[in-house]
Amino acid sequence: MDYLKAFLVGGLMCVVGQILIDRTKITPARILVLFVVLGCLLGGLGVYGKLVDFAGAGATVPLPGFGYAMSKSVMAEVDKNGLIGVETGAFKAMAGGVTAAVLFSFLASLVFSAKAK
Amino acid sequence: MQQTEQAKKQYQKMVERASPGSRTFANSLKAFVVGGLICDVGQLIRNLLLKGGVSEDHTAIYTAVILVFLGVLLTGLGVYDKIGKFAGAGSVVPITGFANSVAAPAIEYKKEGYVLGVGAKMFLVAGPVIVYGTLAATVVGLIYYLVK
Amino acid sequence: MYKNAGKQTLIFGNDGDPASAPRITACASIVGPKEGEGPLGRDFDVVSQDIMFGKDTWEKAESEVARQAVEMAANKAGLRLEDIRFVLAGDLLNQCIGSSFGMRAVGRPFFGLFGACSTFGEALVLGAALVDGGWADHVISSASSHFCSAEKTFRFPLELGTQRTPTASWTVTGDGAAVVSAFGDGPRITAATAGKIVDMGIKDVSNMGAAMAPAVADTLTRHFADMNAGPDHYDVIATGDLGRIGKELLIELMFKEGYDLTKNFTDCGVEIYGPEQDAHAGGSGCACAAVTFSGHFYKKLTSGKIGKMLLVPTGALMNQTTAMQGESIPSIAHAVRIEGMQITDNR
Repeated sequence: MDYLKAFLVGGLMCVVGQILIDRTKITPARILVLFVVLGCLLGGLGVYGKLVDFAGAGATVPLPGFGYAMSKSVMAEVDKNGLIGVETGAFKAMAGGVTAAVLFSFLASLVFSAKAK
Repeated sequence: MQQTEQAKKQYQKMVERASPGSRTFANSLKAFVVGGLICDVGQLIRNLLLKGGVSEDHTAIYTAVILVFLGVLLTGLGVYDKIGKFAGAGSVVPITGFANSVAAPAIEYKKEGYVLGVGAKMFLVAGPVIVYGTLAATVVGLIYYLVK
Repeated sequence: MYKNAGKQTLIFGNDGDPASAPRITACASIVGPKEGEGPLGRDFDVVSQDIMFGKDTWEKAESEVARQAVEMAANKAGLRLEDIRFVLAGDLLNQCIGSSFGMRAVGRPFFGLFGACSTFGEALVLGAALVDGGWADHVISSASSHFCSAEKTFRFPLELGTQRTPTASWTVTGDGAAVVSAFGDGPRITAATAGKIVDMGIKDVSNMGAAMAPAVADTLTRHFADMNAGPDHYDVIATGDLGRIGKELLIELMFKEGYDLTKNFTDCGVEIYGPEQDAHAGGSGCACAAVTFSGHFYKKLTSGKIGKMLLVPTGALMNQTTAMQGESIPSIAHAVRIEGMQITDNR
């Protein structure tokens, strides 16, 4: 059942992205920015957390989930450390994913070359 | 060729008529299926980790790291851009798309060296996501601090 | 001695005598694998299965194909490189390094040109003028582009998983080079109309055909007025890289000007790839007009299948910075009149 929910919710978020790409003049890069910011704000409002409870990976794997993780972390840090948490929360949430992206991408650049299309 | 504002407006209309739109329905269907499947892969990893006794917090991080690894690997193998061509937003919106957007410039710009090529260009595409995500989270954190 | 017609047209040959006009004594065309698989694949001199042309970066690959094509063109004309007075060449990369790095091994006086994808037209016009003016017996006019280096320069890293829109085009990999000579056999360059920059406010860099079509319409109407001749005067009118959408738009624009382009008009970008090759709107890039002319139309001109043609390479003159700053796309087109072996005087 959780696979169905993840599939539906995650898939639908991608559909929203696709419609924005195809039907508006917004560039994909801006749509990604929009998704992250939206996820973050909805996380702050406590809405996105409910979606995560419902859809699991369907809500955490798409980019708004990235924004949600940041907002969740920044609030947890504020709870723990007060004002300083505002400064440390966002990066704590990103630490795993971004470090992985840097590390694996660096390794990939050692091993692979861009292929002609 | 008259290049008045009015002529330009008329021409814009002519171009809109002549330019075929993207096939949004077919594209959306493909985005839905591929995006959904990627999320299910995430769900599978998550379920396996939880079953293996990993804590909830660590599971979230491991899942992200594993998906990023897969995204980078498929990018390096020259597969992810083919998935992207088929799936559009379906492979851009999930975190694997984020990984692709970091790995693709890293691989492309290695010819310009590891410092100013790979190092400087790695976040060419993904940079804005981190910048505005961080800013949004800071705003959320600040407001939360003030209203708490 | 008259060398001008109307407002923008150059007339070549002594006193407008087409028989004495500069002639294209040889052409060389080298392309990559995708172009080789296209409908014109058999027309090209060399279809390289290696898109890197034996080099380790896209930029070096483009310079290499530019060098090879220039040397091959001289060779096919029966000339040594020393016989070539000037090389006029251009490409799409920043500061025209595709051409200049390629030409450093050629060792001939060099003019680097930039007219975006209209560069081959620019090179032919200026080359013909140098020859017609008596400053050179032989020049080579050449233009190159490379899909991978163009993507990197204008768009995204190659491995990024993005979708192309239906109006996007596919940059042609290759180089077309023409030897323009004062004597010898070959189709004559009898006239050319230099284009103005036209900008109708199109901002979509994925729809360059739409941006360029008005520039072609401007040049064509000027050419027809200056030469006092209509589209019927030509067996073929071929634009550079308008693609399918730009081609339709041009027909419509020219219809409004009172000219019928439905009979003898085609576009190199539409010709070079088949519909199954996933090139969307068609081919583009400096090499699009250059290799299609050098490989395809030149052979038709020399074999007599075409008597007269008007080659109109087209260029969209933006770069990534202007696009990010939200500027519209200024465009240009130069029309080059090329007449086959059977010269008839009907001016």
